[in-house]
Amino acid sequence: MSVPNNLKYTKTDEWIKVEGKVGTVGITDYAQDQLSDIVFVEVAVAPDEEVKKEATIATVESVKAAADVSCPVSGKVVSVNNDLPNTPELVNSDPYGKAWMVKIELSNPSELNALMDSAAYEEFIKERSH
Amino acid sequence: MPEPTIYELSSPGRAGVRFPEPDVPATPLPEGLLRKDLPLPELSELDVVRHFTHLSTKNYSIDGGFYPLGSCTMKYNPKINEETARLPGFTMTHPLQPIETVQGNLAMMYQLQEWLKEITGFAGITLQPAAGAQGELTGVLIMRAYHCSRGDVKRTKILIPDSAHGTNPASTAMSGMEVLSLPSDARGNIDLDALRAVCDDTLAGLMLTNPNTLGLFDEHVLDIVDIVHKAGGLVYGDGANLNALLGIVRPGDTGFDIMHLNLHKTFSTPHGGGGPGSGPVVVAKHLVDFLPTPVVTIIEEGNEEMPPLYGYATPTKSIGRIKSFNGHFGMLVRAYTYISMHGAEGLREIAELSVLNANYILARLKNIYHVPYDRICMHEFVAEGKWDDAPEVHALDIAKRLMDYNFHPPTNYFPLIVHEALMIEPTETESKQTLDTFIDAMVKIAEEAHTQPELLKEAPHNTPVGRLDEIKAAKELVLCCMLPETA
Repeated sequence: MSVPNNLKYTKTDEWIKVEGKVGTVGITDYAQDQLSDIVFVEVAVAPDEEVKKEATIATVESVKAAADVSCPVSGKVVSVNNDLPNTPELVNSDPYGKAWMVKIELSNPSELNALMDSAAYEEFIKERSH
Repeated sequence: MPEPTIYELSSPGRAGVRFPEPDVPATPLPEGLLRKDLPLPELSELDVVRHFTHLSTKNYSIDGGFYPLGSCTMKYNPKINEETARLPGFTMTHPLQPIETVQGNLAMMYQLQEWLKEITGFAGITLQPAAGAQGELTGVLIMRAYHCSRGDVKRTKILIPDSAHGTNPASTAMSGMEVLSLPSDARGNIDLDALRAVCDDTLAGLMLTNPNTLGLFDEHVLDIVDIVHKAGGLVYGDGANLNALLGIVRPGDTGFDIMHLNLHKTFSTPHGGGGPGSGPVVVAKHLVDFLPTPVVTIIEEGNEEMPPLYGYATPTKSIGRIKSFNGHFGMLVRAYTYISMHGAEGLREIAELSVLNANYILARLKNIYHVPYDRICMHEFVAEGKWDDAPEVHALDIAKRLMDYNFHPPTNYFPLIVHEALMIEPTETESKQTLDTFIDAMVKIAEEAHTQPELLKEAPHNTPVGRLDEIKAAKELVLCCMLPETA
């Protein structure tokens, strides 16, 4: 299971990559593996929208289940990935790359401190699979 | 060979019925109402009979084989139910008839209401809801009406454990209330600390499936009810798994406020093929006034010479009508038949045997399949369909392979808290021979998973159609019967 070390992680299996003031958000490799084949992605926010930490920013649906994607941080939506609804399978094939979902300008960067680093997230996955 | 569609079998000009010459003068229809063509298939009666007979033989049903679909209670539907539901006294009546002319129907419904209240330990009941999920919605609407009637309008939050039935969050969302998911602990019970942490004055209630979808009876059910009540919330019971409790525990006695029953699960009315379902809702004393209208009641007490006069009543704070007329009346007749056939002792035996059957399968499979919550189970249990030394095999492949052994697959990938879930519910109506044959097939499939995994990956092999493309089916929501000329 891939867990890149340049990202931060949530307990609900989202990742965020922070560059300057902007964070890019998606769901982890573990999350896509749990869900299996993704058939729908719906991004629930639009550019310029203010979102709070833990707000639902997208919904993903697989042949097994539907799951909400929660925002790891608060801020203003800068852009959303409009390609994803047409190519939901990217979440399975490239969860940390082409399947990014939302870019957010952080309003409270200290919220990042509450997130897990890759080592902690890896440990968190391991605990849950037993 | 795949059966052609009825349109492909159609031949222009072929007819099943010859109409007689009309014995009244033909009246021309207004031009604007006439259509140029009517694309209906044209076949002889024999063509039609064969077509649907062929299709019926490709179907899988409880009359054809074992159907261990977890949390669905696919028990045998006794044929006598069909006899009673077809009695002319029931079928040749209409709900708009004056009550004096349908006393038999009303007496049957009244008695069923009394029995279901007695079985579950509640004070009031509605027979209206069309199925389990509509029963849930009814229950949540009653919850909301109760809080609102007390001016307690900030209670909008409903707690639902992650081991509950999947319809619970949907019913709650439909009622406009807010869903909050509760985690399970390591034994498969509700995490009590997590429950306490979210119990505040915005709590409307908790929806508890007990036994839950892991097939486990929550060991802290009395504490859970107490915690929710102390916070001012109500406890809703999802009665879909009532089969395990019949005659043993009455949820009303353990403090539940509302519960729905699934007549099409516990009380043997048909389940597949459109049922239709039936999901009566029972409530505790403080909620009787909120029940949907109408409820069947005694309008005039009887005496030694005269039976009572049955009729309808509207509860004083009723949430209104949930379903037209009396719900699915034919299902009520079937459930009535089933309960009268078994009696109190028979109902208890149903629960005992359903739990025994599930534990028998569990005991024989648990060293072959991983069982994540290894406790004495109730009427069902959840095994995992994956092995570290057969990494390419998943629960779905095991489910598909079971079809080659002539079994309906168990519920899979539910509950979501078990990654590769196979939820197995045998019900009380299966013999030990059937259970053994099923267990043998499961053991064989576990062997195949290690020695010939491709057998599973490509299954089913012996069914009318092979492995279906579930991704395509989920992505392209197009269901269309193409007519030959447009295809």
